[in-house]
Amino acid sequence: MIRSELVQKLAAENADLSAKDIERIVDVFFDEISARLAEGGRIELRGFGAFSTRARGGRTGRNPRTGEAVEVDAKRVPYFKPGKEMRERLNV
Amino acid sequence: MIAATTLTRADLADSVHREIGLSRAESSKLIEQILGFMCGALSDGQNVKISGFGSFVLRDKGERVGRNPKTGVEVPIEPRRVLTFRASQMLRDRIVKAG
Repeated sequence: MIRSELVQKLAAENADLSAKDIERIVDVFFDEISARLAEGGRIELRGFGAFSTRARGGRTGRNPRTGEAVEVDAKRVPYFKPGKEMRERLNV
Repeated sequence: MIAATTLTRADLADSVHREIGLSRAESSKLIEQILGFMCGALSDGQNVKISGFGSFVLRDKGERVGRNPKTGVEVPIEPRRVLTFRASQMLRDRIVKAG
């Protein structure tokens, strides 16, 4: 399922809302999660899962083309842990 | 800052209420529907791909022999399906830029 299919499903369930509103709602949903991750915060959606960020230390990497060593800075990367209910639903 | 607290469904519903102007009840219903449709697709074995955010990807793991770390007893681990999230480059960049 891709974003546009999610929008279509929501539109079918909410005939009272305009297509534009549905688009904006989906944008707000993913933007709020992204913004909180950028702030270093955590998002917990019971039954679905939790989003957070994890620290990655700096390291010396290599340019795969030239073999040249390059310093890779420490950074934060997004992380998602599926909830218990979600994990169980995948294995019924 | 506010990042100290955890964002929940209620906060997402509140944002929809404020930014779109739907009632709180309707905003909350929409949030549930978004999660419901994503859960439903994944339960049906479909990956979910949200451009600009990331992909929820299902992976089928084969059976393997595990070990109870406390007792050392070998136990078979059944084949199972797991869910992974791969963030889009856009989201990764946004988090790196925020520092």
